[in-house]
Amino acid sequence: MSTMNMIQAINSALDVMLDRDDDVVIFGEDVGYFGGVFRCTAGLQKKYGKTRVFDTPIAEGGILGTAIGMGVYGLRPVAEIQFADYIYPAFDQLVSEAARLRYRSGGEFWAPITVRAPCGGGIFGGQTHSQSPEGVFTHVCGLKTVMPSNPYDAKGLLIAAIEDDDPVIFFEPKRIYNGPFDGHHDKPLVPWARHPQGEVPDGHYRVELGKAAIARPGSEVTVLAYGTMVHVCLAAVEESGIDGEVIDLRSLLPIDIDSIVESVKKTGRCVIVHEATRTSGFGAELSAQVQEHCFYHLEAPIQRVTGWDTPYPHAFEWEYFPGPQRVTRALTAVMEG
Amino acid sequence: MNPSQRLSLHIPEPPARPGEEPDYSAMRIPPAGGLERPPVDAAATALHGYADALIRVLDDSGAACGEWAPQIDPQTLRDGLRAMMLTRIFDDRMLRMQRQGKTSFYVKSTGEEAVAVAQAFALDDGDMLFPSYRQQGLLIARGHSLVDMMCQVFNNTRDRLKGRQLPIMYSVREKGFFSISGNLGTQYPQAVGWAMASAMKGDTRIAASWVGEGTTAEPDFHHALTFASVYQAPVVLNVVNNQYAISSFQGFAGGERATFAARAIGYGIPGMRVDGNDFLAVYAVTRWAAERARRNCGPTLIELFTYRADAHSTSDDPTAYRPSSEGARWPLGDPIERLKQHLVGLGQWSEAQHTGLAAELDAKVKADLKEAESYGTLSTPPDSPRSMFEDVFKDVPPHLVRQRQEMGY
Ligand SMILES: Cc1ncc(C[n+]2csc(CCOP(=O)(O)OP(=O)(O)O)c2C)c(N)n1
Repeated sequence: MSTMNMIQAINSALDVMLDRDDDVVIFGEDVGYFGGVFRCTAGLQKKYGKTRVFDTPIAEGGILGTAIGMGVYGLRPVAEIQFADYIYPAFDQLVSEAARLRYRSGGEFWAPITVRAPCGGGIFGGQTHSQSPEGVFTHVCGLKTVMPSNPYDAKGLLIAAIEDDDPVIFFEPKRIYNGPFDGHHDKPLVPWARHPQGEVPDGHYRVELGKAAIARPGSEVTVLAYGTMVHVCLAAVEESGIDGEVIDLRSLLPIDIDSIVESVKKTGRCVIVHEATRTSGFGAELSAQVQEHCFYHLEAPIQRVTGWDTPYPHAFEWEYFPGPQRVTRALTAVMEG
Repeated sequence: MNPSQRLSLHIPEPPARPGEEPDYSAMRIPPAGGLERPPVDAAATALHGYADALIRVLDDSGAACGEWAPQIDPQTLRDGLRAMMLTRIFDDRMLRMQRQGKTSFYVKSTGEEAVAVAQAFALDDGDMLFPSYRQQGLLIARGHSLVDMMCQVFNNTRDRLKGRQLPIMYSVREKGFFSISGNLGTQYPQAVGWAMASAMKGDTRIAASWVGEGTTAEPDFHHALTFASVYQAPVVLNVVNNQYAISSFQGFAGGERATFAARAIGYGIPGMRVDGNDFLAVYAVTRWAAERARRNCGPTLIELFTYRADAHSTSDDPTAYRPSSEGARWPLGDPIERLKQHLVGLGQWSEAQHTGLAAELDAKVKADLKEAESYGTLSTPPDSPRSMFEDVFKDVPPHLVRQRQEMGY
C-alpha cells in the first residue's frame, strides 16, 4: 500500500500494465519524454523505452486511428487525449471505427484500446479545458465509458479498462487529481493523503467495469453521481442533514442498474448529479431508467442537478459548476415532493 | 492588375459534360520506359520528380520497356491476367444479381482491376491490407473463395458477417484483408498504426491501404501521412485516382492544382505516380515501395492513375454527369487488354487461350453463384435475429440481453 493522489494512481496502473504485458503501449501529445501535461505518464518512457511510451503529433484523429490499427495488430494501446475537450477531432475513429469494428467484422477484428482523457471543470480552464463529454460516448453502442472518483478506483478501473478487449473511454476528472474536491472552492483542498481511498495497493488489482459503489449508505434519498460530483454530493448530504445514499456509478456503460434500482426502491427518492450539460445528458438516461424500473416506488419527481446548457464560462466558473448548495436544494426539494 | 478588380470564386469544372466530346487534351502521357528506377533507399527529397511523372512500362504495342519493367515469369503474368478477368466477370455477375433484386447494392471495379490485382501480387501474403470498397481484386488475387464473397453480398445463411454489413464490405481475416468500413478514409491511419505495431514488434510484415482520390480530402488521409512520416512506418499508401468521386471529378479533391502523389512531398514521403492500367508498372512500383518499407526506409504514397469505367455503384448513373464515351476513349486503355497484348507479344498467350479462359471463368462464377444462392439471398436472412445483439461487445452486457428479450429472442 502507498498513499497516492489520482495522478500517481493512474501512473501506477500504467506502470503495472507496461510491466505485465509487453503488448501495452502508451502514447499521446507530450506523454513520452515529458510525462504528460498532468504528469500521469511521468517516468514511464525512461523505464520502458521509447517504443512503449512515446509522443505523438497533435492530431487526435491520427492518435486514435493509429491506436485502432495497433489494436488490430494485437497490441493493447493506451492513448491519451490531452483534454477531453480535444477528443472531437477523433470522434469518427471512436464512433464509426473502434466502437463498431467487432460488430461489422462479425467478430474477426476488434480494437482493444483505452482512451484516457482528463475532463471536467473547476480549474479555470475556460470552455476548452473543462468539458464533460461522457454522455456523447454513452450514446454510442460498442464503447465502454468509465469515470473514477478516487485514486483507488482510478487505478483498479484503468487496469480493468486496459485488460478489456473492448474500447474503453476513461475520463479522469482533473479537479480531483490532487484531492477530493467537494465544490467548496473557497476552502483549502484536502489532499488524497488524508482520504481512505488515497491508500492504493502497489501491484495489480482490478475494479470491475460495470459495478457501482455505495460512497455513503443512507435511507432517505438515492443520489446518483460520478467523478468529482461524488464528493460534492457527499458534502451536500452532510450539510443538508438529509440521509442520502450516494452511489458512485464509476462505470456509465455498462451501467450497474441493479445497484441503482435496489437503492431507489429502498429510498423512494432520487437525485441525479453531473457536471455535464443537462439536455440529453447522461442524467436523462439515468432518470429514464429509474422511472422505468422504480416508478411505483417513487415518492417524488426525480431531480437533476447539472451544469447549465451553456459552454463553460471562464469568469462564472462557480455559477456554472453544480456545487453543494445546488445539490442541497435538490435534496430538499425531493424530500418535500 | 487592376487593384479594384472584383473577386471571383473558382468552382472547378471537368473538361467535358454529357453531350460534349470527351476532352483529354490536358493530359500529359509520357512514353513508356522513360523513367529511371531509383534505388529503394533513395532519399525522399531525391524522388520529387516522380510525383509529377507517370511511371509506365507497357508501351502501345504491349512491349515492356525501361528500368521499371519487372522480372515476372510468364506463369505469374497469366495468373495476374486470370485474377483480373475473374474480378471483372465476378463484378458483372454480381451487378446482375443486384438488378434481379437478390441483393441491395453492389460496387464494381471495372477498369481498375490492375490496381488491386497487381498490388496483391507485388505484396507478400502476410502483409496486411486495409482496403476501401473497390479493391475486391485483392481478395480474388489472394485466392479467396468467391462463394464466401457472394454469401456476404447476399447476406445469406453463410454470410460470415452475419448480415450486419452492406454488401461488398468484406472482412477476411485469414487473407489479411481488413474489415471495410464505409466511412471514407478511416482505414488509412489504421493501416499506419498496424505498420507501426509491426515495426515496434520487430515483425517483417508491412501494411498497405487504399483510398480513392476523392478521399484524399479527408483528414484521415493527412493523419496517415503525418504519422507514417513521423514514425517512418512500413506502409504502402495508395491513392486510386479513377478521376471521379461519385459525380465529382478529381478537381474537387484538389487535382487541378497538383497531382495526388505530390501530396506526399510536404510530408517527406516519396510520391510515386503510376499508370494504374499498366499491370507491370503497378506491380513494379508497388514492389519498390514494399521493398523500401521492408528495409526500414519508410512509407511510400502511390497514385494509381486510372479511370472508373463504370458507375460509382448500383445507386449511381454516370450518364448524368460525364460523357458516356469518356471511358472508352481513356488514353491509357484497359488493364486486361493491355496485359493480354503483352502476353501475346511474348508468345505466352493467344486469342484462343483468352477466349477459353474467359469461358472457363464465366462457368466458374456461375457455378459458385449457384452454390451461394443455395444458401439464400437477401430475402433469406443469415441467422436468428438473436445474433444481432452479439459482437457489439466481446460479451453481451445485461442491457443488451434485456433488449434482446424485449425483441422476443
Ligand atoms: C466520410 C464519408 N463521406 C461521404 C461518404 C459517401 N461517399 C461514398 S463513396 C464517395 C466517393 C468517394 O470517392 P473516391 O474517394 O474518389 O473513391 P472511388 O469511389 O472513386 O473509388 C462518397 C462521397 C462516405 N462513405 N464516407
